[in-house]
This record gives sequence, C-alpha cells and structure tokens, in this order.
Amino acid sequence: MGMEKQAVWLKDLFDIFPKERVLTELADRHAYSFDASLGEYLPVAVVQPQSKEQIQRLVRLANSHRIPLYPRGSASSLSGGPLPLYGGVVVDMSAYPKRLTIDPENMLAIATPSVITAELHRKAEEAGLFYPPDPSSSSVSTLGGNLMENAGGPKGLKYGTTKDYVIGLEVVTPTGEIIRTGGKTVKNVTGYDLTRLLVGSEGTLGIVTEAILRLIPKPRARRTVMAAFPRFEDSGYALTRILGAQILPSAMEVMDEYCIRAVEEYEPSGLPLDAEAILIIEVDGHPAAVEEEAALCEAICREHGASLVRAAATAEEQAQIWKARRLISPAIARLGPTKISEDATVPRGRIPDMMKRLRQIREKYRLNLVVFGHAGDGNLHPNILTDRRNAEEMARVEKAIEEIFAAAIELGGTLSGEHGIGLMKKPFMEMELGKEGVDMMRKIKEAWDPHNIMNPGKIFPDRNEASR
Amino acid sequence: MTNRLYEKAYEAANACVQCGYCLPACPTYASMGKESASPRGRIHLVKMAAEGKIDVLRDLAPPIDLCLGCRACEAVCPLNVRYGEILEAAKEEIHRHKSGRPAPGDRFTRMLLKKVFPHPERLRRLGDFGRLLQVSGLLRLFRFTGASRPLPERLTYFAKALPAIPPAGERLRFGHAYPARGKRKARVALFAGCVMDAVMFRIHRATVSLLTAVGAEVVVPAGQCCCGALHLHQGMADEARELARRNIEAFERCEADWIVSNAGGCGGAIKEYDRLFADDPEWTARARRLAGKLKDISEILLELGPLPFVNGPETVVTYQDSCHLLNVQRVGRAPRVLLEQVPGVRLAEMEGADRCCGSGGIYNLLHFSESMAILDEKMERVRETGAGVVISGNPGCILQLQIGIERAGASRRVRSVHLAEFLAERCGL
Repeated sequence: MGMEKQAVWLKDLFDIFPKERVLTELADRHAYSFDASLGEYLPVAVVQPQSKEQIQRLVRLANSHRIPLYPRGSASSLSGGPLPLYGGVVVDMSAYPKRLTIDPENMLAIATPSVITAELHRKAEEAGLFYPPDPSSSSVSTLGGNLMENAGGPKGLKYGTTKDYVIGLEVVTPTGEIIRTGGKTVKNVTGYDLTRLLVGSEGTLGIVTEAILRLIPKPRARRTVMAAFPRFEDSGYALTRILGAQILPSAMEVMDEYCIRAVEEYEPSGLPLDAEAILIIEVDGHPAAVEEEAALCEAICREHGASLVRAAATAEEQAQIWKARRLISPAIARLGPTKISEDATVPRGRIPDMMKRLRQIREKYRLNLVVFGHAGDGNLHPNILTDRRNAEEMARVEKAIEEIFAAAIELGGTLSGEHGIGLMKKPFMEMELGKEGVDMMRKIKEAWDPHNIMNPGKIFPDRNEASR
Repeated sequence: MTNRLYEKAYEAANACVQCGYCLPACPTYASMGKESASPRGRIHLVKMAAEGKIDVLRDLAPPIDLCLGCRACEAVCPLNVRYGEILEAAKEEIHRHKSGRPAPGDRFTRMLLKKVFPHPERLRRLGDFGRLLQVSGLLRLFRFTGASRPLPERLTYFAKALPAIPPAGERLRFGHAYPARGKRKARVALFAGCVMDAVMFRIHRATVSLLTAVGAEVVVPAGQCCCGALHLHQGMADEARELARRNIEAFERCEADWIVSNAGGCGGAIKEYDRLFADDPEWTARARRLAGKLKDISEILLELGPLPFVNGPETVVTYQDSCHLLNVQRVGRAPRVLLEQVPGVRLAEMEGADRCCGSGGIYNLLHFSESMAILDEKMERVRETGAGVVISGNPGCILQLQIGIERAGASRRVRSVHLAEFLAERCGL
C-alpha cells in the first residue's frame, strides 16, 4: 500500500465520519493494535461508526480502495480474531449506539452489537428471563463479539452456546449491502440459514448492526456442589454417572491439580492439595428438583472416591465455591506474565485421555501448563504460563500448542470450542477439516467478500500461506 | 531514556493480559469512549513507550495525563496488575522529559508544589488570605463587577465551592495533644495534610471532637507536612520522597497507637510510601510500619464507638466513595455503617457510588472539561437518590461535589460535606 494511496482514502474517512470518530493519532492506533491474545498489529486508523449507513459507506470505500477492515467489540478475544493483521481500519463497534429491547411476550431481545453481554443478562433477568451464553468475559464483552466468535461459557452442556440463541440478524455485508437474516420466530426454514453461517464467522462475512436473540424462562433455583477427587479418572466416572442418572447440570467445571495448588497457595480456603481434580457442579431448575439433584450429585461424587464434598444452597455459599474457580486466573498468573489460553475440545468421554496427553505434553516441554475448563461439554482450557520475552521457552510453547491441537483432533475433538480460530489456529485448519473442507469455507468467503476486505487474514491461511 | 521506563514499569505492565475486565470500571473510558482512555490501553501504551515504539511526550503523555488516577481498575483486575505503580512510573518519566521545556502552566503548578505545598506555614498564610477575600466580600465584588471574567471558569467554580474558611485561631496546633473525654482508650496521631490544614480545618476540628468523644487522645505531631500525593501525580517523585521522609520521622516520634487520616487521598498515599523507597530497605521498613498504623477516621470511630448521637432532623444522605479510600485503602464499609447508625438519617445509595467524581487530586483544575463531563454525570446519580447531603471522605471530592451542586443549580437543596463534619453535627459537637 503506497503512502499516496493511503492518504487518499484516509481523507475519505472524514467524509463518512465526524472527525472525533476517526482516530489517527499514533497512541490511538497502538491502543487498538491488540486484543487479549499475543498478537499486535498497528492499524492505519480507527473509526467508530454510529449508524449502519456509515458502515455501509465505509465498506464501499473499502471495496473501491481495497482497505482491510477489522471490526471489533471489546477486544477480549483470545484468538486474535479482531487484530488488524494487514493494517487498514479498525472498526470499533464497541462505540456503536447501545440499544436493547426485551420483548417478554415473544421472549426475545433485540440488541445492537455494542451492548455488553452482562447488560443483556441483567435486563433479561429483570423480566424473569434468561440468556444462557456466559463467556467469562461477559462483564466486558460485547454481544457483537460474542456473536461473531460464537461465545460459549460454562453452560454449554445444558444450554448450548451463542448460536443456539441467535435467530435473526441485520448485517452490512462485505460488499456493502444491508441485509436481514432469520427473524423473530424460533422456527424459520425460509432459505439458507445465513444466521447460523454468520454466527461464529469471526467478522469475516460482515458487520452485525442488530441481533434478535432468543431468551428462555429463568430457572427458579440453583444448587452448587464441589467435589475433590484424589484421582483424576474418578472425576470423569462421577461425571458420567451423574449424566447417567438423568441429571443435566447447568455447569460442570473441572480444575486440575496444578490449578488447585496454585489457587490454594494464592488464597488458602482449605482445598485439598493432594487432589488431582476438583469438580464444580451446578444444577438449576425447579427448587424441589434441584434439591434432589444436588443431593444425588453429592452422593455420586462420594461413591466415586471424592475426598471432599461441599454443597451450597445460599447465594453466599455458592459464591464461595465459585470463588475457587474465579481465583484460577490471578493464581496461575503468578507462574508467568504471559498467559496462553487454549480451548481444545474433545468428546466428553475422552477427557481423561486428553488429560493424560496434556500431562505428557507438560512434562515433555517442561512448561507451566495447567488445565481447567468446562468438563460437561469437553471444552478444556489448557493454559500455558510463560514469558514472551523468553525466546527459548516460547519455542517450546509453540511446539506444545501444536501437540495439544493434534491430540484434540486425534481424540475426535476440535481445535477450538469457543475462542475461535482467529490468527493463532489458522495454520491447523486443514488438520481438522482437510483441504477440501477448508476450500469449501474459503469459497464461501470469496463469494461474500470478493475483494477480501472484511477481516482479511483470519480463520484460514491465505491461498499463498503455508498450512500445517 | 526509555530504558528507565522499561526498568520501572515494564514488569508490572507486562503482567496485564489485556482481558479488558477493567474497562467497565474506568470513568474516562466511559466518558471519552476510546481505548487510549482505558486502563488496558494506557498500560499498553506504557509498554510501547518502554519499548521505544512511541514517544514519551508526544504519544504517551496525553493519555496518561487524562487518567484520573482513581485506581478503580486495580480493584477489579483479575490479575491484580499494579496500575498505580505503572501510572506513577509513566508520570515520572513524562515529568523528566518535560523538565527541559516546561509549559507555563506546568511551571506554575510545579512552583506551587515545590515552594508552597511542602511548607504548612506558607499554606496557612494562603488560607488566611483566602479567608480575607471571603469575609471582605472582595470575591463577591469581583464576580459582581465581572472583574473575574478574565479568571478562567474553573477558578470561579472553585471560589464558589470553597467552604467558608474559619478564623486562623480555629486551626489545630502542631505539637499539641487533645485529651480523650472520659477513659483514654487509645492515643492517635492526626495527619493534618495541606489543603485540609490550611483551608478546610473545620473538618479537622470535627475529627478531633469525634475522636476525643469516643475516648481517643489526639496528638497533632509537629514536623509533619503534605503527604506528597499531588507531587507524585505530577511525576515529581523526588519531592514526594522528601515529604514522605519528613512525615515518617514526625509520626515515628509521637508514638501513637494509630495514625488517623481523614483524607482518602492522603491516607492512600501514606499507605504506599514504601513504593517510594524501593531501593532502600531501611526506609521501606519504616514506611511500612507507618502504613501499618494508618487508619481512616471512619475505621477508628467504628472501632472505638458508638458515637454519642443526639436526635436530629430526618435527613436523606448519600455517600460518595473517595477513590483512594476505597481502591487503595479498601475502606468502603465503615463510613456506611456509621451513617446508618445516625438517628433520623437514611442512607440512599447512588448508582456508581464507587466511581470517581472527576476530582482526581488537581485533575479538575488541569483538565476542567473532561472532569466536568464526569462530574455532571455523577450529579445525575446524586439527584436520583433525593439526598440533601452528599457525604465523602476526602477534601478534593467534597470540593468537586460542591462544584457539581453549583453547576446543577442545586445549592439550596443539597450540600457536600465530609463524613466527620456530618457525624459531628449529629453528635451536637
């Protein structure tokens, strides 16, 4: 991109946006050069659209000048999804006007993409309703970001993920058309399901300007059980038995021995240091049902050798149990300043095998690798704590990550359960999907975005980029 | 040059994983709506400056200067990133770069901080001059004739919001001890500070009355001075260190059970004195000893109380957290518990009471419009509570909130007072 050409379209941005919505200062550009992954790419400019028409004009400009556009929400992405890989313009959708309407009669929410996920949770609950997708970043993440990355969270097993709640979208396409997909009905088989295609497309197929989301009745009661197991395998058996007993917990979180030790050292709360696994199980629903189910979960955990079982009925006791889970982040941060958080996911039954593989990888590469995650849906979070300034260790980290991906796929799983492919995992796409599988996706991308201006360089390697 | 920043702040800045959990807590991110005005963005920019990728003065200084330093981000950070330390290192570096060619405004601020603030007696004289202006009606005359028009809008607001300065004789005496009423339960040493001692000493009076009423002997150690927080916020670490030394020495001499602070900002600064002496184990230890003894007035009153309340009119009050009282000293409960004990008083919590009011030390003077944007939003939240009294625990906040009240044209219905003053009123002291 020549300097002169760049100057031409930079000026054009000011025709579309008022000057306070175009950020070109070096400090501002750097402030939009990152997300919560490791990458760092400097955009030429940042814009903050206030209407879909502005986005439409921006997209048209981008097509005529081949400007890469990088839409983003709160940039809490762990996969590099919003990073401005080829410079261009970051489209800061977190500054888009926030509008949120709850339609209790139809149990819907209509929201602009800048609405914070937690705000939807709050507003839905006020109406006695419930929006289950709950990524741990929900206090800061935008719905737009959640939609584009198909965010999950701990409730996947029982309630599914973001894609199960999006039934309609308004989108500015990569060629600058404003289209609507789906609608306000749960049932809709009119034509291709573009809604589902767009959700999880990581910003490569358009910029969402409005979403219609399905809500469900809010469960009336919740119970939480925590159980510590001296042997990891036993926690797996307990999980299987619980599901076999016709209980579908709303969350089943697991943390491994390294997490347990880190948390207990960080803030002692009586977690058993000799345990290999801690399970946190939450059931929700009718008060009478959850009471019975929680008691049964407790009994099953004990039967399977749990050395410590804690049950919580009050909100306070529940918070106490979840605290152990919440403290993982600060506790493991003390193991190293750079955190690489993966989300390789395997079929639930293969979790013990995956744990074994992860332990081998940890030892082989001598890394601070800890594992926690959503055991109910097989979505594990192997986290590597390192220091990006240590080149030698980073090389080992890279190899370890490759092996983690390979292990997940070998065990019938997937590269990413909820963080998305973004930049970090695109070299591994063929490993999971095969060449033809990736090609089919690429064809869709090319059909939607012939000039490759919408979040270019994400999900799959460019045609000239190497694959592994 | 940038290596200094690297040494001082990189380790702390590098601990940030950029998850963004701090964004909802940041008042300037909310009011300015861009990432360079967020804690995460600022930390990243400090890193970039330390790596030499951006210029300290041209690129780093503007977003750092616009930070309120409220440290709400620290309280919500899941990784306990030490933002305060990063911010101070950046300010110090900016200050160093600026030293060669200070802007006129900077020069004046620095002159005040160097020549006036370290000297309690000079500040007191300034305070007395302020009283002269107030009682002689000169200020009003200025305003009435429009002579104050050349005065920037901000100063006019300050003049209006400043409470009446009592006569000099009402000031606490340095080196004096005020005996406990009844049985002596503890000996506490009052940290007098700068603005509080020179201008807002009615709050000190109230503080002493309350403390002695619950059985504390109150000493006002001689030799103490301004805490140095203002200096630190301007990047003047050497000056701050010097003031810290003087205070540590003064309070070591008085051998009190506790050091009592009634200014959230000063207390917070003293709590973190140890950071100023990072390379000096002896002074670090002395700083930590002092910090260990420091308590906010509300904590001591709660500990030694109950207060001898008398019956008073039904009043709705709301409490605004002082950022450094809450986020640095982690005191939020004690003031509220005390207020709930007052007969006839209903505490109506405002939404976002824990969010900065935009005062930020002298942020409101330096960045008036940015500060007022945050303040006007805050006053909306105050209005919703229907409170007639806004209570806070730091002089800067009290002034700022009074400015907000003036701006909202609500000075007949609402007033802004210090917790100690309000409690003293309700004890008939």
